[in-house]
Parts: sequence; structure tokens; C-alpha cells
Amino acid sequence: MIATLLTPRFLRNALPALSLTVLLLAIFYLQPRAMSYFGLNLLLNLALPIAFATIAQMCIITVNDLDLGVGAYVGLVAAIGATWLNETPLLGAAALLGCIAVYAALGALIHLRNLPSIVVTLGMSFVWLGLALLVLPTPGGKVPDWIRAIMTLKTPFLPFTIYAAIGVGVIVHFGLMRSSYGVVLRGAGGNPRSVSRAGWSLLRTKVTMFALAGFFGMLSGLSLIGLTTSADANIALRYTLLSIAGVILGGGEFVGGRISPIGAVIGAMTLTLAASFLSFLRLPPDWQIGAQGGILILVLAFRAVINRAEARR
Amino acid sequence: MSEADHSIVRLDGVEKHFGAVHALNTVDLVVTPGECLGLVGHNGAGKSTLMNVLAGTQIPDQGRIVIRGIDSTDGYTVATAKQHGIRCVFQELSLCPNLTVAENARVMHRALTGFGWRRRAAALILRDLDEIFPGHGIASQEIVGDLSIAKRQMVEIARAFSVTDAPADLVILDEPTSSLDAVVAQQLLTFVRRHVAAGGACVLISHLLGEVLSTADRIVVMRDGAVVEVRKASDFDRDSLVTAMGSVAKDGDGAGAAYASKRADGSPKVRARPAGQVEGPDLTAHAGEIVGLAGLAGHGQTDMLIQLHAARPSTRHTHVHGPVALVAGDRQTDGIFPLWSIAGNITIRSIRHLLRHALIDAAAEREMASQWQQRIGIRTPDMENNILSLSGGNQQKALFARALASDAEILLMDDPMRGVDVGTKQEVYRIIRDEAANGRTFIWYTTEMDELKHCDHVYVFRDGAIVADLTRREVTEEKLLHASFEAAE
Repeated sequence: MIATLLTPRFLRNALPALSLTVLLLAIFYLQPRAMSYFGLNLLLNLALPIAFATIAQMCIITVNDLDLGVGAYVGLVAAIGATWLNETPLLGAAALLGCIAVYAALGALIHLRNLPSIVVTLGMSFVWLGLALLVLPTPGGKVPDWIRAIMTLKTPFLPFTIYAAIGVGVIVHFGLMRSSYGVVLRGAGGNPRSVSRAGWSLLRTKVTMFALAGFFGMLSGLSLIGLTTSADANIALRYTLLSIAGVILGGGEFVGGRISPIGAVIGAMTLTLAASFLSFLRLPPDWQIGAQGGILILVLAFRAVINRAEARR
Repeated sequence: MSEADHSIVRLDGVEKHFGAVHALNTVDLVVTPGECLGLVGHNGAGKSTLMNVLAGTQIPDQGRIVIRGIDSTDGYTVATAKQHGIRCVFQELSLCPNLTVAENARVMHRALTGFGWRRRAAALILRDLDEIFPGHGIASQEIVGDLSIAKRQMVEIARAFSVTDAPADLVILDEPTSSLDAVVAQQLLTFVRRHVAAGGACVLISHLLGEVLSTADRIVVMRDGAVVEVRKASDFDRDSLVTAMGSVAKDGDGAGAAYASKRADGSPKVRARPAGQVEGPDLTAHAGEIVGLAGLAGHGQTDMLIQLHAARPSTRHTHVHGPVALVAGDRQTDGIFPLWSIAGNITIRSIRHLLRHALIDAAAEREMASQWQQRIGIRTPDMENNILSLSGGNQQKALFARALASDAEILLMDDPMRGVDVGTKQEVYRIIRDEAANGRTFIWYTTEMDELKHCDHVYVFRDGAIVADLTRREVTEEKLLHASFEAAE
């Protein structure tokens, strides 16, 4: 009885994992050789930076904002990582910390002046891009060896990316979904007034979430250059929309503090795999972006159907 | 003053302005342990502002706030209030809908932290829910957004009474029973008496005067931002209370008038059967009738209204003849467009008739708005002001105006008088009767007994089905309660 009552809610939570599984099975069916350590590594190694960017975006969405600058920001981190961090590590580390501080300041600005985050972050995206071009005018640079070493770590049974993605999902899950302050952070997205009436500082929640976004955005940039070995200011511009799609695909919603960190990681992986899947289908590249959108619509339509079933209950 | 020694809170000459509006005018107030203070007054009399000052969410322009004999005016905030055990249940629900019941308890209590906090939060909120509302049927891990509005209110009340490191000495309840049915409301009022008997204190704000008279020890009457009367509850009765509020209410004006069936001729405008109902009476409504939907809250009345609203023109079990308009009960979520002007909120339902050359005729729109401002008495200097600039009662009037100004022949009302003051209610009742006399049909879900006296027919709902069909002559409180509870006995 109770099990059947819970079905739609359970389905809704399981949908991201379900979509990933279906996609993975389809890929294995089309290309059995992908079912190997090497194959999985090839398929998924770019998923980790996207997962980090998605988590960054999710932090912002938690407090009912949207970050349209995360792609450019990841590009700036990549540029810094491939130049200063390698040549003068202290300066590089200071610059990266500075970036996180700017993110925190953006949160404060948006809260105090009551500005629309879309406008602020879109404006900032040009600043990030400009700075990245100043740091690294032409593609190139050299990635510090330790980053390279981490990203090419050979782990037993499954590729490093998978362990890392699971680790990120679980850590953020405990931080935001299970910890007691995480509840307040999510509450600030659900009903800010209620949270401030209970005596919490909304400024602090916003600054915390933006700083976290800056931190995960940094991890995204560093993990990306660990894979590519060199950087380019424009390397991650498409991450902005990918990260938003990843959050939504993972069961999050744009407003109301409804998020799912594990879902977001899965969403990022699904998006990465969708691209490979379409290549395996030998779909002409012209059609791929449209088809990727099609997959997104399909999953979201499923969610709408589940929500309806739940409402009818 | 001897009270100062043991009072929980004393307000001395508190004043508060909002622009030109004098919301609080030198208000003095004392709350002592072991008493329940009733606070009554019209919408806009300053009750909510006073409560916000007590809770620390609004800072008074002048005056002193003395807590347990210590002047705490400077730097008085929500945190100070909480520290001293002053809690508030606000009129509009203030839980986080995306969090679970237990997580909402955590948002309130800083002490719920560290290892095992989830278990402690769940135990805390469930203990208070069990104590105040036995048989509530709420699980601690349920998401608040999935709960009915009544259950949300129960959670919020239980949360206000829950105690961790800070005490809950004074709990302020603003319209706590507005979404609760009679049984649950009684559970709450009984608990309030227990809380008070144990040395706590309560401030009870309510438009249901019977509730205040039966529960409060002292009653404070407010009018136009000032306290006009403070007396023991036993010195008041319903009439003297209404007089003190300066209300224009004439009890039973036209209500309970002789019943004459309007069903003699013509076919019904509405005939419907609740989705889950197999046998029993259908709901019928003829032109010019006011039909009431009664029963305990959440037993299918709102679903019935939605079914009627969705069934234009007709489905198998639902026949609706004529255009329909709905007056929402949950103003904030289903009713108003919070970013729009008052005029825009009124005319939206009729926009199709205000077109000229495929564009909205601004002059006609303005005219409709100002016409309805006068007819229904919306108190604002300018209909172009934002809808949120109105008090709750006036917002509700605007929603009525939206429905009445439309071409609808059938008006569905989803308990629209929640938290509306007596004077406004009487004005709206009069308009409803006039419009019914003009041939409009009203289908009215209400949780208040008094409102059912305006109805020609009352259908009692239980578990999603109609269990009784009473004419106005037959409606009594006993009969309604009997019909609402039959199954439980």
C-alpha cells in the first residue's frame, strides 16, 4: 500500500538515474567495445568538468538565481591554471582565490541591491572572458604536472572520472541535503522570508552559495585543463547552458530551492553521453545539437508525466 | 505598575508609520504569563503590524519594548525576540515548501545541529504535533509542499510551540484557525488553554469572535492603529465586541430570510456529481441560487469547484450551462497577480470584452476598474497602485470584483473569506445577495457556519462525496456536524 503510494515520488527521484542507465545500455548495445575500462574512460572523461560546472550552477539555482557566466568563468580558471599556476604557483593560487572572492561578492551585490542575477552574471561573463584573453591571448599554455597526474590517475576497476563524480555527488549531497546548515541554505531558496524570520541572515546564505559556485567552477576549470593539457579562453563557453540543462535534467527546478546534487552529477553525465550516443548512431554533426535537445525534452516530458500522476493521486 | 514586574512583554507608546499611513498610534500593551490575550479589530486596524513589532520583524518608529522588566528597545530583532521566547505564527504560511516537516523545524531551531539532528528534529516536531493535534496524520519526512494547506498550518503552529534551547513563553497566533476545520481548530484552542494554564502566554488574533471570546482571558480591541478597549473576556459578549470594533455589521442582515425555492421552473444551471461518488444526491444549482458546500476542510469541496470550473461546457457527470468565474481562496498562490496593479487584477477576467481593434482599450479598462472600486468599496487612492499595497481584505475584494465584473453567470467561491474582517464580509455578502437576485448563481465553499446561512441549499461533503442536501430552512449547526461526522461514529 505505502509502496504503491510512494511510486510517483520515487519515480521522479529515480528518473535521472534511469535516463543515464537507458542511455548507457543503448551505447553498449550500439558499440559493445565501449563496455571496457578504456571505453568508459573515453566516453566519460569530459564528464567530470561538466559535473563540477553543473554543481556550481546548482549552488546558484538553489537560491533562486541563475549563473550565465559560469562557462566564461571556467575558461578564465583554465587560462590561469595553464599559465600563472604553472609558472608562479603562489600568484596562480592567489588569483584563483580572488576569483572565488569575486563570486562571493557578486552574491552579496545581488542580494543587497536586489539585482536580477541573470543580468549581473551575464555582464560578468564578458568580464571573465576579457580577463581570460588578457591572461592567455592565444590558446596554449602548460598545465601543472600535479593536475595532469590527478586527472590521469589509473584507478582499479573503473576509470577515475567515475569515482570522482560519485565522490563529488556524495560530498555535496551531505553538505546540502543532510547537514543542518544545508537545510537553511535550501530553505533560503524555498521561502526566504521564513528563513529570515527564523533569524538567519539571507546575505550569508547567498554569499555562501555564490562562493561555493565559484569554488566548484574553479574545480571545473582545473579538471578540464588536466584533461586537455592546454587551455583556451573560449574552451568552456558552452558549459553555461550545459550546466543549466544538467541541473534540470537531474531533477532540480529553477526556483524554490528544489535541487538534487546526485541528480545534477548524473544529469551532467547524461548530457556527456548523449553526445557520444548520437555519434554512435552516425547522426550527421549538423543534427546532433538538435537531437541532444530532443533527448532533453524527452526526459523532461517524462518528469511532467510523473508529476501529473502524482498530482492526480 | 505591578504588572511590569512579572510581565513577559510590555509595549509603551509604540508608534509605526508607513509613509502617510499611521499604522500604530501610541499603543500600550502588556502580556503576562498565564494569560491568553485576544486581539481583535478590522483588517487594517494595525493588528498585524503590532504583532510584527512584537516579533521583531518590524522596528517601531517610537516607543519602548520592555521584556521581563528590561528595556530591550535598542537593537530589538527577530533574534532577540526568539531568545526571550517570543514566537509568531504569521497569517500567511511561512514554512519552506521545498523542505520536509522535520527540516522546517530545524530552520526554526539553531540548536538542532550536529550528529543526529534529523532524528531529533523529527522527534521534536512530532511530539508537539501529537500534543496539539492528536491524530494529525503527518509524517516528519513529508515535503511541506505536498501537504494540504490545513496540515501546513498545523505544522507551523506545532513548530511555534516547540522548545529546544529557547523557551516558547509567548506565542502569537495570527488567524491560526483560518484554514483549519472546526474539529482541528478546537484542538488548537484547547491546547492554547493548556499552554496558558502551564504558565505560558498567547496572543490570539482572530476574526472569529466566538473563538476569541471562548479562549481569551483578556481582549484588546484595536481600531485605526490604536487600542480602543481592553477588558476581561467575560465582560464582553459578541455584540459589545462588535460595537467596540466600530463595525457596521448587522448580524443576520438578510441572511436567514424566509426560504423560497428557486427551483420551481427552468432547468438547473449546474448539475454535477463528485468524481468519487457512486450514489447519493447530485449537486444542483439554479439561476439566482446561492449554493453552499459544507463539511470538514479538505473533504472534496475544492475539488468539486475545480471539477465545475474545468467542465465547460459539460462532461459526463458534470453539466455547467453558462460562463464560469472562480474566486480563489488561497489569495497568494491562486488569486492575485502580485506584480500587477489593482486595476489590472480586476480586469484580467474580462479583457476580451475590453478590446478595440485587437488591442486593449485603456479607457474602458480604467472605467471598469473605477466602477468596481466604487461598487465594492476598495480602499485605495489610486487603482493603478500595486495590488500588494492593499490590505488582505481589500485584495480579496479585488478578486471578487474580478469575478463579478466578468460575464460569468456562475460564480465559484473557494472559501474566499479566510482572514477577512467582519465589516468587509458584510459588504461582500450584500453584493452576493444582490447579484443572486439578478439571476447569477453562486457556488460557495465555506468553512464558516455563519456564511452557510446565506445559502439557499447546502451540500455537505465527506470523503469526497455529497452526504447531505439541506435547504436553508433545514440548516442547523447540529445537522451539519452530524452529516460531517456520521462515518466517524
